[in-house]
Amino acid sequence: MNKYYVEFTEEMKKDYTILAPNMLPLQLSLVANVLKSEGYNVELLENSGPQIPEIGLKYTHNDTCYPAILVIGQFMDALLSGKYDLNKVALIYFQTGGGCRASNYISLIRKALKSAGMEQIPVISFSFAGLEKHSGFKLSLSALRKIIYAVLYGDVLFLLRNQCKPYELEKGASQAMADNYCRVLEERMRKDGISFKKFKKNCQELLEAFAAIPRSKEKKVQVGIVGEIYVKFSPLGNNNLEQLLVDNGAEVTIPGLFDFFLYCVYNNIVHYKLYREGKLKYPVLKLVYNFLIKKQQEIIDLINTHGVFRAPASFAKTVTLIKDYIGQGCKMGEGWLLPAEMLELAHGGVENIVCAQPFGCLPNHICGKGMMKPIKDRNPNVNIVAIDYDASASKVNQENRIKLMLANAKKPEKSIV
Amino acid sequence: MSYLLGIDIGSTTAKAVLLKDGEIIYEKYARHFSKVREKTAELVAEIKEIIGDTEITLAISGSAGLGLAEGISVAFTQEVFATGEVVKKLVPDACCVIELGGEDAKIIFFDGGVDERMNGSCAGGTGAFIDQMATLLNLTPDEMDVLSLEHKRIYPIASRCGVFAKTDIQPLLNQGANKADVAASIYQAVVNQTIAGLAQGRRIKGKVLFLGGPLYYCKGLRERFAKTLQLKDDEAIFPEYARFAVAMGAAIYAEKSGTRIKVGELLEKIKYTKENAVSANRLPPLFASPEEYRAFKTRHSLSTVPKRDIADYKGKAYLGIDCGSTTTKLVLISENREILYSYYSSNKGNPVEVVKDELIKIYGLTSNRVEICGCAVTGYGEELIKHAFGADAGIVETIAHYTAAKHFQPNVDFILDIGGQDIKCFRIRNGAIDSIMLNEACSSGCGSFLETFAKSMGCSIAEFAEKGIFGNNPVNLGSRCTVFMNSSVKQSQKEGAQTEDISAGLSASVVKNALYKVIRATDPNELGDKIVVQGGTFLNDAVLRSFEKELGKEVIRPDIAGLMGAFGAAIYAERFEKSKLIGIEELKSFTHEAKSTVCKGCTNQCHLTINSFGGGKKLISGNRCEKGAGGSANSKPLPNLYEFKRNYLSNLHHGDGNRGVIGLPLALGMFELLPLWNGIFTSLGFKTVVSSLSTRATYEKGQFSIPSDTVCYPAKIMHGHIEELIEKGVDCVFYPCLSYNIDEKASDNHYNCPIVAYYSELINGNMDISSRTKFLYPYLNINNKKELARELGEYLKPFGSFSKLALVSAVRNGFKEYEKFMSAVKAEGIAALERARAEGKRIMILSGRPYHIDPEINHGIDQLACSLGFVVVSEDSVCHLTTPPENVAVLNQWTYHARLYRAAKYATENSDAELVQLVSFGCGVDAITTDEVRTILEKGGKFYTQLKIDEITNLGAVKIRLRSLMSALEEKEAK
Repeated sequence: MNKYYVEFTEEMKKDYTILAPNMLPLQLSLVANVLKSEGYNVELLENSGPQIPEIGLKYTHNDTCYPAILVIGQFMDALLSGKYDLNKVALIYFQTGGGCRASNYISLIRKALKSAGMEQIPVISFSFAGLEKHSGFKLSLSALRKIIYAVLYGDVLFLLRNQCKPYELEKGASQAMADNYCRVLEERMRKDGISFKKFKKNCQELLEAFAAIPRSKEKKVQVGIVGEIYVKFSPLGNNNLEQLLVDNGAEVTIPGLFDFFLYCVYNNIVHYKLYREGKLKYPVLKLVYNFLIKKQQEIIDLINTHGVFRAPASFAKTVTLIKDYIGQGCKMGEGWLLPAEMLELAHGGVENIVCAQPFGCLPNHICGKGMMKPIKDRNPNVNIVAIDYDASASKVNQENRIKLMLANAKKPEKSIV
Repeated sequence: MSYLLGIDIGSTTAKAVLLKDGEIIYEKYARHFSKVREKTAELVAEIKEIIGDTEITLAISGSAGLGLAEGISVAFTQEVFATGEVVKKLVPDACCVIELGGEDAKIIFFDGGVDERMNGSCAGGTGAFIDQMATLLNLTPDEMDVLSLEHKRIYPIASRCGVFAKTDIQPLLNQGANKADVAASIYQAVVNQTIAGLAQGRRIKGKVLFLGGPLYYCKGLRERFAKTLQLKDDEAIFPEYARFAVAMGAAIYAEKSGTRIKVGELLEKIKYTKENAVSANRLPPLFASPEEYRAFKTRHSLSTVPKRDIADYKGKAYLGIDCGSTTTKLVLISENREILYSYYSSNKGNPVEVVKDELIKIYGLTSNRVEICGCAVTGYGEELIKHAFGADAGIVETIAHYTAAKHFQPNVDFILDIGGQDIKCFRIRNGAIDSIMLNEACSSGCGSFLETFAKSMGCSIAEFAEKGIFGNNPVNLGSRCTVFMNSSVKQSQKEGAQTEDISAGLSASVVKNALYKVIRATDPNELGDKIVVQGGTFLNDAVLRSFEKELGKEVIRPDIAGLMGAFGAAIYAERFEKSKLIGIEELKSFTHEAKSTVCKGCTNQCHLTINSFGGGKKLISGNRCEKGAGGSANSKPLPNLYEFKRNYLSNLHHGDGNRGVIGLPLALGMFELLPLWNGIFTSLGFKTVVSSLSTRATYEKGQFSIPSDTVCYPAKIMHGHIEELIEKGVDCVFYPCLSYNIDEKASDNHYNCPIVAYYSELINGNMDISSRTKFLYPYLNINNKKELARELGEYLKPFGSFSKLALVSAVRNGFKEYEKFMSAVKAEGIAALERARAEGKRIMILSGRPYHIDPEINHGIDQLACSLGFVVVSEDSVCHLTTPPENVAVLNQWTYHARLYRAAKYATENSDAELVQLVSFGCGVDAITTDEVRTILEKGGKFYTQLKIDEITNLGAVKIRLRSLMSALEEKEAK
């Protein structure tokens, strides 16, 4: 591999600020805090507004995927703001690698930096696939473990907040609770260390705390969100889809980030099974996978025993649901996980689904829009709407389509025929 | 019982229905010209006239109704939902509803689970589209409809969006195609769009209800729908209430969940509820003060060409004609380059007539005092006009514009021309055109877009521009394709934007589109200091001002901005001493007739238009090669690697085994791996059937099952290939899933793009193959022969058992065939290069993906390039002649794409080779590769030419690009 990139060195670790795009506020702020405790001065970017896509369009090819335009827009907006010393700042972006063009985000970010005359800024590729090496950015096994816990905590907070928010009697109570616990958990992870036992204890506390939020008993339409990972999660990417749905009287379910992580691990197992490559890694991966699945099941059991909230679906079950629909070798982008999550939602009683994707997203032609027909054929009650997000897509059109989906979702009660 | 009122406000019209005891007592359908509030108030006032200030129950629906309903706190119901409810009540046995509105298209399926859908965000082909097309034909929508019923043939017109279709229609008109045929073809495009964009794999059959304004008014459209869907008379229902269905739905909805209110109070509310606050997404006004505007006007009034009264001029004169896509321009200049006569007007659908009338006028004005010594023609209609009137020269547009710009600024650095529907930009370096950027098909239509928009808001383009200058809060509309702009405008109207602000906002969008999408500038300084802007669109002061503001620089806009092409052509004509231009006598007896036919020269079946001008003069257009134009293929044709590869793949041996018949669809990755799979299956004792090279009919055969209308054309065409194989009765269709392509050891990884890799999954999910034949699409590892043999043995079990030895040897055989093919391509590449060098021909490395050799995908660009004198080689035939470039600044991880970078490097190393990149619309990966290929080429001092292709069948724009490239090369060499 050619080494054309600026390395993030040991030296830089000391006093560089590392900027990270904020795709998923809860989960990523926990992860960022873990990185901080590892000595990296990570800052999650909070800047938003219409100038973000504008700047993104200016610094990257306009036909690039919308998430790239936003991520680059957010980075460039921050760098051009004058807030940072351009010789003491680095960027970080998470990558999974793979055949999708998203693997090129890092290159596109570097191109943008170059055209803005900031090529001295190192861009760290945070990747389990080991796409690049940065001597100043090495995560120990224990740090990785902490990151996994941060994601797990984030997912639980995310789940509880989503289930409370539409029903809360005091507006903003659920979000405040989540934000508060975000801080508390970070502190506990830092001070008390981590173990699964502590994790379960904390979860129990979370369950009780959220259950204590005063909530109305009305029944709301349940809507699930699946899609390309960035626009699915990021309010910046999806014009605050989650809030729009809540405002329109829906309760939102979004499969968590941990599933995507499991998906990445599981794909390596499938890779061996299909192509007989990576024989040495295979048993280790299987071990790790089974371990993680077991832990996920324990969390599910914990939530079910508590009995107030709906637990997330088990990944092991999700894997079986998809088998007759699409091959698990289909692994670019969200790959088979996307339709699998549609089925997971439908089987969990969430039959109304928004499939959010960037306009022209390549894997989603196949895994999103391409799978809607077979899923609807075999699950006639499923009500899916595909929404494209783009720098210039109008909100009215998106909103109108979402309203149509909601009108159909609410039909049984309001039928007038 | 009380009154029920349903109001439906769409993107262009407002509809209201008032029911009393289930009876309609009032209905109205009216265009609102974006004045949603005023028009609604008008309708409500009419209702008040009829029933007085009575209490009613109402609900509002429609895309533009949402904002109003929220503003005045009235119940809202989504329009598709409302339609569904009303149909279920009135026509319980309907299977499907198709509703076309101003900008939305909707479909509802009732049988087998209700499914309601709307068009995606990339699909403008509806009512607004039909209006736009009618304008283009210079007809009213009604006239177009009447005319369409007389059609004799249907032309293929891209149906993705208005801009695409326009690019197809314009050349048809310029070539003299019959308007009736074009009108019907436009309707057919709408039908195709509905099927491809909405039905998405679900068949439309049974009793179908057609609703919405366009389907109520356009009989021709109805006819196309019924015919295409093969509906019997009692299955295609066009109800009387078609226009009001949504409003009725809203009224029905109101019965249960509507808002009760007195008519008078409603009227007051609509009139006086405060406008929504101005949203944050606004731009500063174009001019801060009237003084600033005056200074601007004064500065630009300096760039003028002197005029001279033709009535008292004696001497030589030169005529330039610019027959553009939507307008025709003429300029007659004196020996001293004074303008004696100029003309600028819409083509009115027939440029030949326009030019004829103008010539007669000019002859009348000049009588015998003036001698026209030379005449040059440029623009889309160049050939047609040149042949019709015997002009002395035809020059490519870019050269015409450069010639004209030099007149105003001899050291011009950059020229930006925004015309009716194209943007042309070129950078000048050392007195030669250095790089040319033309807008891609998806973002054209800028000037004519503004015009159509002005019309839809009820003003002329001049008034519209005038308003823009004084907009206080220009709307920020983004910088993408015009269809998106349409939606953004809708959004801003919802937020209460005024026409003034929209006009200014649209001007800014046109400018941003040109700067960031076409020129791809990151820094305004890239354009240089001496910038000349031209083209009719820049006569709009709002656009001009927006451009200067965006650049932060002052630019030159000649007062003849709209005539620059013609002016340049006239200057070009100064080189002639005696013109062959048609004389006044001949003009009087001049006739023009256009006939269309299909060429029978070869299997391409080009649609030809034969123009006869009387006296035996003829021009044939629409042909992709010289055969169609009446020429012969006598001389040895120039080497064309695309042709070679097509022939090679068409002549494989298909085996005669008895294990079964395997169908191999010739699409996507199969264009390269066919020899491999064919070799393997024939060795195993199968017979193979390969689908034929694509035609438009191939696409149409499969279009019913395409679920994603924004996927690339090479993928869409796959559906047709599978249908063909099923029709041919194969036992099994084979197209494997290949995450990884063959590792050529020249890149960081060797992936396929997601579409090539997994399209089979989509085919399996959407094409209903399993009921008709077997579909085999295993995930295979083609980089390990032993493993591949194991996998194939596994997946081929349904066809019997194969010994390990047989499998291994079949795989070996397959690879032998594959290597043979790849070597043959390379050898032919070298032979082509040698011949080019021996004969002193230019070499074009026509680069893309293997599937770009498909004649339906590349629309014959390879043949066009040959006819222009290029030796055509492919990227895979030359990429082995150089080493991989170092420091490719992107992740170089796809096998096909890695070849592009090597081919580009080869072009930089060989002065006689030019690289032209074919890019399929919707190819996400090429958003990455194109910038990189451009960088490699420009670093090596080469021109970069990109041709974006889609369903589009118009080669006119491609030809301009290639000819511009040739002129640029010639100029560069001359230096």
